[in-house]
Amino acid sequence: MKYKRDPKRIREVLGDKIQFILGDMACVYGGLLAGCSFFAGYPITPASEVAEGMARLLPRVGGTYIQMEDEIGSLAAVIGASWGGAKAMTATSGPGFSLMMENYGYAVMTETPCVIVNVQRTGPSTGQPTLGAQGDMMQVRWGTHGDFEAIALAPSTVQECMDLTIEAFNLAEKYRNPVCVMTDGEIGHLRERIVIPDEKELKIINRVPATIDKEKFIPFSNSQIQKNSKVPDFPTFGTGYHTYVTGLTHNIYGFPATDKQKDHQELVLRITTKITDDREKLTMVEKLYIDDAKIAVVTYGATARPAETAVEMARRKGIKVGMLRLKLVWPFPIKEIQNLASQVDKIVVPEMNLGQIVHPIREYSEGQCEVVNVPKVGGEMHLPHEIFKYLEGK
Amino acid sequence: MGEIKTAGELNKKYLREGMWPTIFCNGCGNGVVLEYTFWALEELGLDMDKVAFASGIGCSSRLPGYINADGLHTTHGRAIAFATGLKAANPDLTVIIFTGDGDCAGIGGNHFIHAARRNIDMTVIMINNFIYGMTGGQLAPTTPIGGIATTAPYGNIEHPFDLCVVAKALGASYVARWTVSHPYQPIKSIKEGIQKKGFSYIEFLAPCPTAYGRRNKLGDIQRLWEWYDKNTILIEDYERIMKYGDEKEKERAKKMIQIGVFQDVEKPEFFTEYQKLVERLQGNTITKTSSVKSKKMVVKK
Amino acid sequence: MKKEIRICGFGGQGVILAGFIIGKAASVYMDYNAVQSQSYGPEARGGAARSEIVISDKKIGYPRPTSVDLLVAMSQEAFDTYRDDIRDDTVIIIDPDLVKKHSIGRPLYKIHAQQIAEELGNKIVTNIVMVGAATSIFGFLKPDAVRNAVMDSVPSRFKELNLKAFEKGLEAGKNAKPGL
Repeated sequence: MKYKRDPKRIREVLGDKIQFILGDMACVYGGLLAGCSFFAGYPITPASEVAEGMARLLPRVGGTYIQMEDEIGSLAAVIGASWGGAKAMTATSGPGFSLMMENYGYAVMTETPCVIVNVQRTGPSTGQPTLGAQGDMMQVRWGTHGDFEAIALAPSTVQECMDLTIEAFNLAEKYRNPVCVMTDGEIGHLRERIVIPDEKELKIINRVPATIDKEKFIPFSNSQIQKNSKVPDFPTFGTGYHTYVTGLTHNIYGFPATDKQKDHQELVLRITTKITDDREKLTMVEKLYIDDAKIAVVTYGATARPAETAVEMARRKGIKVGMLRLKLVWPFPIKEIQNLASQVDKIVVPEMNLGQIVHPIREYSEGQCEVVNVPKVGGEMHLPHEIFKYLEGK
Repeated sequence: MGEIKTAGELNKKYLREGMWPTIFCNGCGNGVVLEYTFWALEELGLDMDKVAFASGIGCSSRLPGYINADGLHTTHGRAIAFATGLKAANPDLTVIIFTGDGDCAGIGGNHFIHAARRNIDMTVIMINNFIYGMTGGQLAPTTPIGGIATTAPYGNIEHPFDLCVVAKALGASYVARWTVSHPYQPIKSIKEGIQKKGFSYIEFLAPCPTAYGRRNKLGDIQRLWEWYDKNTILIEDYERIMKYGDEKEKERAKKMIQIGVFQDVEKPEFFTEYQKLVERLQGNTITKTSSVKSKKMVVKK
Repeated sequence: MKKEIRICGFGGQGVILAGFIIGKAASVYMDYNAVQSQSYGPEARGGAARSEIVISDKKIGYPRPTSVDLLVAMSQEAFDTYRDDIRDDTVIIIDPDLVKKHSIGRPLYKIHAQQIAEELGNKIVTNIVMVGAATSIFGFLKPDAVRNAVMDSVPSRFKELNLKAFEKGLEAGKNAKPGL
């Protein structure tokens, strides 16, 4: 039986409007609210609660949960489900994310909407399974081979785990690209209050289905329905379009064109610029005390929590410090960083890794200000004073 | 049904014209298997809008490209996992997978094992040519002992993988193996596999004159066909020999590749069972949410 | 206003659930912001486990305590491990049967939570007795709010037992006096 999103049933299954739940569980709620009807996953700490939540709730709304044999199969099944017309998602952490890299690239190349929740931990390798980190902020951007654009969101609260998972589905459907929710073991394992939005507050975007005459349909070109959209219309399998979908370089008809320079260039430019053309539209930042700031903390995900406390401490001492929080890390908000760098003397970048997002920040601040890397590794988030000491001008 | 009499008519109906010509070499068995599949689809009279194909990487995995239907040409070894999701999203689809011995028994072995174990309703058509053909003749998990490959230049010393035995042991609903020298049985098996509600695995021994034959004194297609004749044995014959044959006959039979239908059983299928679970839960939810929550009150600070 | 609470014990005692109940009471039933986090060893049972709650009327940045206002300890190991950041005015509640060595030169509240739970017929509700006692002693959380959160968080067949445990704890807390 094909899935139909039933808002009443979803709310019945989710329960009270205000709840006190785990970050991982909030990702489940976000998925269900967005209309996710298929989840495939593989147990991994600290992301297993997402799979457990889906296993419990998804069948109750009429969706399908399946535990696959590994993370490779999980993302494969998710992509297959998407071509069957489902909104589909998986959840994992570092080692599983590494295993997903090949099919992540396949989803990019075949323009398959899907959502990957990555409850990040550290590495290399198995690392610290039970502890949080921001280990995959670069892997999500560069981890699969070839040229592509990533779309990655980074929640800082449990509420945002839900909200940004909904957003992830919307962006995946809109751009026909995999979208990653880069949460982490800290936020994933926190419990906080969430407020479940009413149906009328929800914005849900669905992929544009192919509706034009089957003889005239071109599966991998600019949209034939929407004006000025580089995102092709989606020919769901089983609707009679007889589409051939391949990870090989393909022409606009979907046929392999592996030895054709022009076809490859056209394809790769279209699937990257369909995202980067909208870079500024996509940018999602939160600003705190930025207007008169001379020092700025640029942060994302869990690290924003101690950073915010540190900024408040500094402000109480009269130091002109602001905070720019990236809710969407990729595609990178170039303009925001350029503007900020031209305003402040120093940008401080705390991360739960040895320095990942500090690199594009340095690149796009273009030498206009000092950029300071404040790494913390080992599975603990920064203490507020560990960030604060970089704000005192020392 | 019944209208189509010739291969020409059949091809016109089922081939995707824009993809022609194929990448296949002279003497390759993939085309034969494709033809079997077309006849099976034709005899079943399926609506090709509701049949979807999936494949991995390799020569045989290119087959969905030549079929006028939805086709998902996926990553190496993963087609069965992709197909699992596709089937979940739309259980009305008939899902057929084309895969090769490297794709299915090598890199994709684990997905194969678990889809068979879960008994997911799909038909896996595995074309076994004993070699990695597309990449130029490297050792496969199915290469017979002594076989020559570019990465086994002195002869293979590994024991070959028999996926029919594995599929049978895992309880797949339908398991069969034929060679491309069989005229009718393959079509019948593909039909039975598609009709079976559950995991169907149908393997074909098919020649690769270019990458395997040439190196193994089987470059001439006639000799390959003879090799199949000499080295395969019908399951029924095998079992008869094991029961009544003398030691010499038994020894010889044991070295041969068995062909025929290994398993044909009715067994609960994954998504059918899942649907029952969904229905059971939908009955329950309403009573569960309405019962407990009466005692609460909101306390203002 | 900000309150930082730590509940600790050994794995399997339900310290995570106790923290969850307090966090839920504060955030869902008292409309504060609250964050609950936890840490425990790799083993499912035994070892020192802790659950921490930060409650505030403002947005909560750093989600873990920096020094606690309330420390509840239900095992010796946890009491010894998790009290580095206590202040002079930190309220400390222990079960003297579980934390035998508790003379640290300052007054603390002693609640025989496990004994009370056993009298109720099941020591599995020791954590809920402690939640009740902490509610009275700490004074910040509204008993009705915590009671609601307890009722939400336990399976229906154990609701009555847990409710009794909570009430007994509340009572014990009311009568408790700090001592060395």
